[in-house]
Amino acid sequence: MIAVEGGGGLWLVAGMALATLLVRFGGVFIMSLFPLGPRGEGFINAMAGSVLVAVLVPIALEGDLGGRLALLTTAGGMLLWARPMPAIALGVLVAALVRSL
Amino acid sequence: MNGPAQAPEFSLAAVRQGFWRLLPLSLFVGVFGLAFGLAAVQTGLSAAEILVMSATVFAGTAQFAALEMWGAEVPLLPLLATTLAINARMLLMGATLYPWLRLLPPGPRYRSLILLSDANWAMCLNDLQQGRNTVGALVGGGIALWLTWWLGSLVGVLFGGQIRDPAALGVDMVMGCFMLSMVLAGRRTRLTVLAWLVGGLAAWAAWRWLPEHSHVIVGGLAGGLVGALFPGLGQK
Repeated sequence: MIAVEGGGGLWLVAGMALATLLVRFGGVFIMSLFPLGPRGEGFINAMAGSVLVAVLVPIALEGDLGGRLALLTTAGGMLLWARPMPAIALGVLVAALVRSL
Repeated sequence: MNGPAQAPEFSLAAVRQGFWRLLPLSLFVGVFGLAFGLAAVQTGLSAAEILVMSATVFAGTAQFAALEMWGAEVPLLPLLATTLAINARMLLMGATLYPWLRLLPPGPRYRSLILLSDANWAMCLNDLQQGRNTVGALVGGGIALWLTWWLGSLVGVLFGGQIRDPAALGVDMVMGCFMLSMVLAGRRTRLTVLAWLVGGLAAWAAWRWLPEHSHVIVGGLAGGLVGALFPGLGQK
């Protein structure tokens, strides 16, 4: 346990910052230790989209109605206009409206 | 894969362009930063702790999680373990940029990662995969996100109480909607679609049955495994 009084809180913050910097640099650093073959490239390429999907899955499958409709609206907007910003703005608006009901 | 032959552009012009491209989204992130500042004040953090945290940690979910553990005394190892667990997805995100970043000298390679976060990573990766060989979105977009996140936290500290519940405004959905738009705008091959399915299912299973915050790692690695097993599917 670290007491927050007397600057201890800032040491805790510094620890969090260092841990986060470690993972920001870590992915590229670990990759640089291994030669990159076709399987490694396949792994990286497939992982990229999967990370995005994995972030979305709990919201899409287990989220509240407002959150789900926000994603649906964004998807519809992307298919219609193929431009992210209006699609995102509309999605957020739908979430706010549904939740205010 | 469309193997890059040249190092990605890392110039002031590219950074500036990335900044402006992600600034609109960053304004939403600023509201989220405001919510963090407010919640942190209510938890009892000092203004210095809040502002230093937002400036140096710059990771929303991990910062909110830290508030849950904060008190007069804070357990150091659980705090660090939680921070690492929540931010471990950055390991995977950084790794996906490696085929391009390895062509930069180590200095700029690691400098470009200092402000790595969800939105600027996703936009930069889309750029690179579509042949825009630049890290402008990663660095410039990172600066836009960092600036608005910090300024939002500052406003939250100064004028707390304006926004009690960011979820009511839908602001918590900004990242989800952005990630989805990047999935739909991204490059699609038979490999990526199969990886989405496998990764998505694995993430869902992890979210239900494994410890909290593990689902992004599990889903990303499971999807990546598909690519390692069938590298030939990656061609269009």
